Amino acid sequence: MASVPSKLYADDVSLLMVLLDTNPFFWSSSSLPFSKFLSHVLTFLNSILLLNQLNQVVVIATGYSSCSYIYDSTSAPSHGSDQGRMPALCSNLLQKLEEFVTEDEQLLKEASAEGTPSSLLSGSLSMALCYIQKVFRSGPMHPQPRILCLQGSSDGPDQYVAIMNAIFSAQRSMVPIDSCYMGSHNSAFLQQASYITGGVYLKPQQPDGLLQYLTTVFATDLHSRAFLQLPKSAGVDFRASCFCHKKTIDTGYICSVCLSIFCKHHKKCSTCGSVFGQAQSEVPSSTNRKRKASDT
Amino acid sequence: MNNGDQRRLNGELEEDEEDEENNDGLAAWERAYADERSWESLQEDESGLLRPIDNQSLQHAQYRRRLRAASTTRIQKGLIRYLYIVIDLSKAASEMDFRPSRMGVVAKHVEAFIREYFYQNPLSQVGLVTIKDGVAHILTDLGGSPESHVKALMGKLECSGDASLQNALDLVQGYLNQIPSYGHREVLIMYSALSTCDPGDIMETIQKCKKSKIRCSVIGLSAEIFICKHLCQETGGSYYIALDESHLKDLILEHAPPPPAIAEFAIANLIKMGFPQRAAESSVAICSCHKEAKVGDGYTCPRCKARVCELPTECRICGLTLISSPHLARSYHHLFPIVPFDEVSLSLFIDQQNKLPKACFGCQQSLLGPGNKPGLHVSCPKCKQHFCLDCDIYIHESLHNCPGCDSTRHSKIPTANEG
Ligand SMILES: [Zn+2]
Ligand SMILES: [Zn+2]
Ligand SMILES: [Zn+2]
Ligand SMILES: [Zn+2]
Ligand SMILES: [Zn+2]
Ligand SMILES: [Zn+2]
Repeated sequence: MASVPSKLYADDVSLLMVLLDTNPFFWSSSSLPFSKFLSHVLTFLNSILLLNQLNQVVVIATGYSSCSYIYDSTSAPSHGSDQGRMPALCSNLLQKLEEFVTEDEQLLKEASAEGTPSSLLSGSLSMALCYIQKVFRSGPMHPQPRILCLQGSSDGPDQYVAIMNAIFSAQRSMVPIDSCYMGSHNSAFLQQASYITGGVYLKPQQPDGLLQYLTTVFATDLHSRAFLQLPKSAGVDFRASCFCHKKTIDTGYICSVCLSIFCKHHKKCSTCGSVFGQAQSEVPSSTNRKRKASDT
Repeated sequence: MNNGDQRRLNGELEEDEEDEENNDGLAAWERAYADERSWESLQEDESGLLRPIDNQSLQHAQYRRRLRAASTTRIQKGLIRYLYIVIDLSKAASEMDFRPSRMGVVAKHVEAFIREYFYQNPLSQVGLVTIKDGVAHILTDLGGSPESHVKALMGKLECSGDASLQNALDLVQGYLNQIPSYGHREVLIMYSALSTCDPGDIMETIQKCKKSKIRCSVIGLSAEIFICKHLCQETGGSYYIALDESHLKDLILEHAPPPPAIAEFAIANLIKMGFPQRAAESSVAICSCHKEAKVGDGYTCPRCKARVCELPTECRICGLTLISSPHLARSYHHLFPIVPFDEVSLSLFIDQQNKLPKACFGCQQSLLGPGNKPGLHVSCPKCKQHFCLDCDIYIHESLHNCPGCDSTRHSKIPTANEG
């Protein structure tokens, strides 16, 4: 069980974990080109570091076949390696990002691409949470962590369990997951992640103005966020993925032993091996039960 | 199992005696410091400075033992539970050997238990029963909302008269007999009294409980009583006596994780359920439960599109059981446990020091110990990534994901076909 972090540190110092979607399948079809997207994000990250000199930024790339840390403001040389006019953040990050993208592409060629072109969000979320635990362990004086998912790819239903696990762990250690989703349809995973952890879910209406959305909604520390008029939630998609076909479903059958979700009736549970008796369509309601009880 | 219980009970009694010898003649407030022994966790380093003992590796060894024990148990858990908590409010519960009183301590920990229970057992229900003046009362019906139970319990904390185990069991058995066959029926009794004042033959009642497949467990606050032990043995429950408050807390929280599913106790079944969408904050609709127009905050039944205010519930219009899918997903880590990580042997290091990663894959912490020598760490047998000991514990006990496996596409096996 994760221990709840103590609240002894200054509440306006932030640790921002940015999960950057680099999935080539998404960016090749996006209306906002990746290079433009990056320049919005870099400006945003620079402004976060300037808002408070104790602020920290860590960037993790979420690729198609791998995930990797590509920037950490605490370990990067702050102003030393200025080659030309670019700030240190940009040059460090861009260099690592390029290495990452090349490697990710290499892996992609090795494995045959099949199924949905989703990116490995569960991997980068898990890494970010491990990093945040390290910050919690560092003592009572640590910055307030939050996670920002800059995601464009559609959800990968095969990651359902892993993503939910990450969401619950974030919730237990009170880390909000913010999401800025650039894809064409809403992401049910990110809607749930932000809803459950108390973060903000935003789908920019005009991707060209990304920087504006980022700075107005996601730049303020968690304490000052209370003063903002945050975007109203447009609902949360609570659909689940069935375990048998990884399909997203809104009604399904649940194994009473292990709570696995299936899209249709099976004779045997593929997860726990239980053999099912005759189909029982619904749980008898508690009101019925009460009625019966008072009759006897 | 019963032998194990016995041994454990004895072990704890011995420990208790030792403690009493050590603490001889100390007042209660002094004992608190004696137990902590903060000076013993200091150690002298090379330069003669006092430092806290590095018990990280020790702790880690303990954790690994725990993990191994857990990974050998099967994944079939009784996840849908119907549990009655019976609280003894006879005059024995006013004894002050626990501070402020047995009753107060029990109430405090039952509250914490109820919250933890609902966290770990989605779809499960709890009901509260009290015994006082020789009769048993239903305090709350079986239900899924922790708040209502806690509120009812805190409002009814008075004790008087005798305790009657038989009346309590009869009452609870009558209710639990009506729950669906796939549910696990359980009773947890917090028993303060040293006797039971029964109207009839309690042995018959115990047999009735056994026949209804109700697992009865008792946590005693005074001393072992034969009838409680007999009850637990007959129905497959556990019986422990709490030695002090922290022991009581541990004992009661042991009942929070789902128990292993026993096929004969509950029949597996497929239950049809719907996962409603949460409506947009600005939308207006008339809810089917209160028949009121409401702005935002509500869920839409996927079958008939009726609006309901709360989950879990049953659609008033089409009768479909509606639950929130994240509620279910909380228990999925039981189904797909992360394999224990292997300790990276230090001898391996010397051979291929250059090839091994220098930082933890999860948190980027350096894996090098003092003097740039490789420190103790672990690696995942599936993805071969290396992790620090802290991440190892966090990954297995809270996160339930391996960051390495989740960041690799080809080695990823579809989760449903595992297990
Ligand atoms: Zn399916
Ligand atoms: Zn199952
Ligand atoms: Zn309503
Ligand atoms: Zn309906
Ligand atoms: Zn680590
Ligand atoms: Zn792994």
